[in-house]
Amino acid sequence: MIEQFRERILDKKPLRLRGGGSKDFYGQERRGDILDTRGHAGILDYEPTELVITAKCGTPLAEIKSALAERRQMLAFEPPAFGDATIGGVVAAGLSGPRRAAVGAVRDFVLGVKILDGEGRLLTFGGQVMKNVAGYDVSRLMCGSLGTLGLITEVSLKVLPLPVAEATLRFDCPQGRALELMNGWAGKPLPVSATCWHDDALTVRLSGARAAVDAAASNLGGEKVGAAEAASFWDDLREQRHAFFSGDAALWRLSVPSVAPALDLPGATLIEWGGAQRWVRCVEGSCDARAAAASAGGHATQFRGGDRSVGIFQPLDPVLGRIHRDLKRAFDPHGVFNPGRLYPDV
Amino acid sequence: MNPRQHTAERDQDFSDIDAAMRQRLLAELANIVPASALLSTAEDLKPYECDGLSAYRRLPLAVVLAASETQVVAVLKTCHELGIPVVARGAGTGLSGGALPHENGVVLSLAKMKQILHLDPVARLAVVQPGVRNLAISEAAAPHGLYYAPDPSSQIACTIGGNVAENSGGVHCLKYGLTVHNVLRVRGVTMDGEVVEFGNHALDAPGYDLLALMIGSEGLLAVVTEVTVKLTPKPEVAQVIMASFDDVEKAGNAVAAIIAAGIIPAGLEMMDKPATAAVEPFVKAGYDLNAEAILLCESDGTVDEVAEEVAAMRAVLEGSGATDLRVSTSEAERLRFWAGRKAAFPAVGRVSPDYYCMDGTIPRKRLAEMLKAIAGMEKKYGLRCANVFHAGDGNLHPLIMYDSNVPGELERTEAFGAEILELSVALGGTITGEHGVGYEKINAMCVQFQPEELKAFHRVKVAFDPMGLLNPGKAVPTLHRCAEFGRMHVHGGELKFPELERF
Ligand SMILES: Cc1cc2nc3c(=O)[nH]c(=O)nc-3n(C[C@H](O)[C@H](O)[C@H](O)COP(=O)(O)OP(=O)(O)OC[C@H]3O[C@@H](n4cnc5c(N)ncnc54)[C@H](O)[C@@H]3O)c2cc1C
Repeated sequence: MIEQFRERILDKKPLRLRGGGSKDFYGQERRGDILDTRGHAGILDYEPTELVITAKCGTPLAEIKSALAERRQMLAFEPPAFGDATIGGVVAAGLSGPRRAAVGAVRDFVLGVKILDGEGRLLTFGGQVMKNVAGYDVSRLMCGSLGTLGLITEVSLKVLPLPVAEATLRFDCPQGRALELMNGWAGKPLPVSATCWHDDALTVRLSGARAAVDAAASNLGGEKVGAAEAASFWDDLREQRHAFFSGDAALWRLSVPSVAPALDLPGATLIEWGGAQRWVRCVEGSCDARAAAASAGGHATQFRGGDRSVGIFQPLDPVLGRIHRDLKRAFDPHGVFNPGRLYPDV
Repeated sequence: MNPRQHTAERDQDFSDIDAAMRQRLLAELANIVPASALLSTAEDLKPYECDGLSAYRRLPLAVVLAASETQVVAVLKTCHELGIPVVARGAGTGLSGGALPHENGVVLSLAKMKQILHLDPVARLAVVQPGVRNLAISEAAAPHGLYYAPDPSSQIACTIGGNVAENSGGVHCLKYGLTVHNVLRVRGVTMDGEVVEFGNHALDAPGYDLLALMIGSEGLLAVVTEVTVKLTPKPEVAQVIMASFDDVEKAGNAVAAIIAAGIIPAGLEMMDKPATAAVEPFVKAGYDLNAEAILLCESDGTVDEVAEEVAAMRAVLEGSGATDLRVSTSEAERLRFWAGRKAAFPAVGRVSPDYYCMDGTIPRKRLAEMLKAIAGMEKKYGLRCANVFHAGDGNLHPLIMYDSNVPGELERTEAFGAEILELSVALGGTITGEHGVGYEKINAMCVQFQPEELKAFHRVKVAFDPMGLLNPGKAVPTLHRCAEFGRMHVHGGELKFPELERF
């Protein structure tokens, strides 16, 4: 398979790297002939006591999740699948789910990658151990690079045990109060593993040792949500099947400091990550998400729909832009990989 | 235009920097910083000749003690224009010669920039200058019930700038992560004097994750002038179990068994008998001196949570053949148990004139194999070695004891260390878990990486510092250097860089 990938790369024509196509909607331009990674699949190594799993890029996320679940472990960053995701796509897209604020993002769990670069060279960075500072951290650089730097052929990820206990609570409260509560909780040693505010309801998930979850649940109060309902609520939130995400209005993702006050944007809002991730259904023409995010100290992504010509990702300042172009050239000198998917010039 | 250009092929030669250039450099630097902040006499330069790895020493042309980012920008612009190498320096506690001066370069010390600029307990972050000491952040955050989680044993002295450069860890990083997991934003200056920010106060930034790339880049990509760290709520309580084992392999298996039981301890450290023997008289931590190895296994959280987890860990440790178990009964006792571990390096420094600290990481399951091999190497090289081990994440610190005044001992020590690193790679691990490559492990990089990978690292470097002036000769070897090293050191008859000329 690697040989076939290499041949395609050495044609030096634009390639659109694609696993299950679950993130086809995501990113700027989709140019080039499709290179399907799904033929290069399979879990290569999984040892629960080492807390590491290594898999080829085309391995379905679902296969990895069930292998881990069998040993009561998980990908703690809870990546959304949005369909038939592959693990290579998970890393390249760099998207994390509800647990992100509590435990970290994809980049926090990537230990190593193998990539084919733009000259068809198979390169290994990082490895399967928890701590490794030999050489620059190219593995983490691949996270969220949207396949513009190389074809990820293999990844090693740190995994964590499934929490022993879990509970979900719900509070009626307006946005301002919810932001206050979420930030307050995050400053205390509480086992909060996910939060979501929408439509004057704040939903909180607690995960951890039985004693910690029970104690926190009785301290925090709120209304207890049944286990089955809670599980499907968090699954639906992660997969964006929650009613908030339906319909055609542009979906903006604003990544801001968790303490940023309620943003003054027209359109329905849903908040996750303790206040740090805010989704807004923007009404076209009336909603300057980019300016709102920037003035709050963050950035905005036009996640789904809307007018794509305004750019999907927040523009970079000139020095960072230059570094991006130079890094792109360093890994992909002929501009083969997903050209324009992240920014027009990388 | 300066003719210098960084490439993967050859180390740059800065030998053309002559006395006249040095005069010009000193004159220009004197326009940037006050006289008291510009050191250039041999006597003044001496304290900067090495970092925590004193086996390698060099005097730089000058040391500049920067007091502001504006000064950092001006110093870098000047050196960029003149083609002079710059080595950033924090507290100089690094253990890989990362801050070792360049003989034709400037050492840029950030140690005077030590203000905590802003601490926001609600947002749980602190904005600090690069010279702020690691522990000073936790001290400032303590009144708010918060702390900065990565806790290197050197935390009273080492700076956050150095921590960012090395991606430093501590005894609690199994649960709380390394520097890369606890930093939100780094502001820095590139070699050409441009100020640039990586990350922000949100949880991610647009574009490539340059924040992750900066962390652990050993001062080769930019000089760090400001850091925003994440603050973590202090757990209500913590308790540590000290478990004795009559066999290191059993201790290693106990570590795996704890993880297999679904527990991620707040800290999970191992020390072997020579290490406890060195530490105990010095710290009086109460270690079991008859044990072949001891494990320190910490739980933190709410009172009930800790009780639940300690009981579970006890059961696993007993089931794994622990010969003795003690659970700390007070905070003072808990700190005493840890004090021994945290003082392990200086303690070994007391029982041996010199010691050399290694930093390989291996898959946990290979631990016993590694320790057996090290015992064999002690005989082979005629040197003693104490082992302390961040067991939870496989990061091993063998401390090779030697006497630099005995001819040949340093060379034997280096060979001993190199053999450990090569074995770390062979066992599926890495040559450095947290101390960095620096100057010390530059040859070992040729063992861990293929030429094409090294070339990729050099291309990353060029994206930030095309002239290769920031910390040259560190962290990533040139292909020429690896060829030379390979000539001295052929692996199983297989030549690794056959395409390069040799001499
Ligand atoms: C007794 C002892 C115990 C230790 N324990 C640990 C441990 O538990 N865990 C651990 O990870 N390490 C440990 N270390 C190693 C060391 O303390 C760390 O690597 C620390 O992060 C170095 O910080 P420093 O300020 O002393 O940096 P320095 O030694 O001054 O510099 C280290 C590197 O960082 C670069 N640098 C420094 N400041 C900047 C800046 N502002 N911008 C860009 N580059 C910069 C330098 O060029 C150099 O390459 C220990 C060292 C000692 C002596």
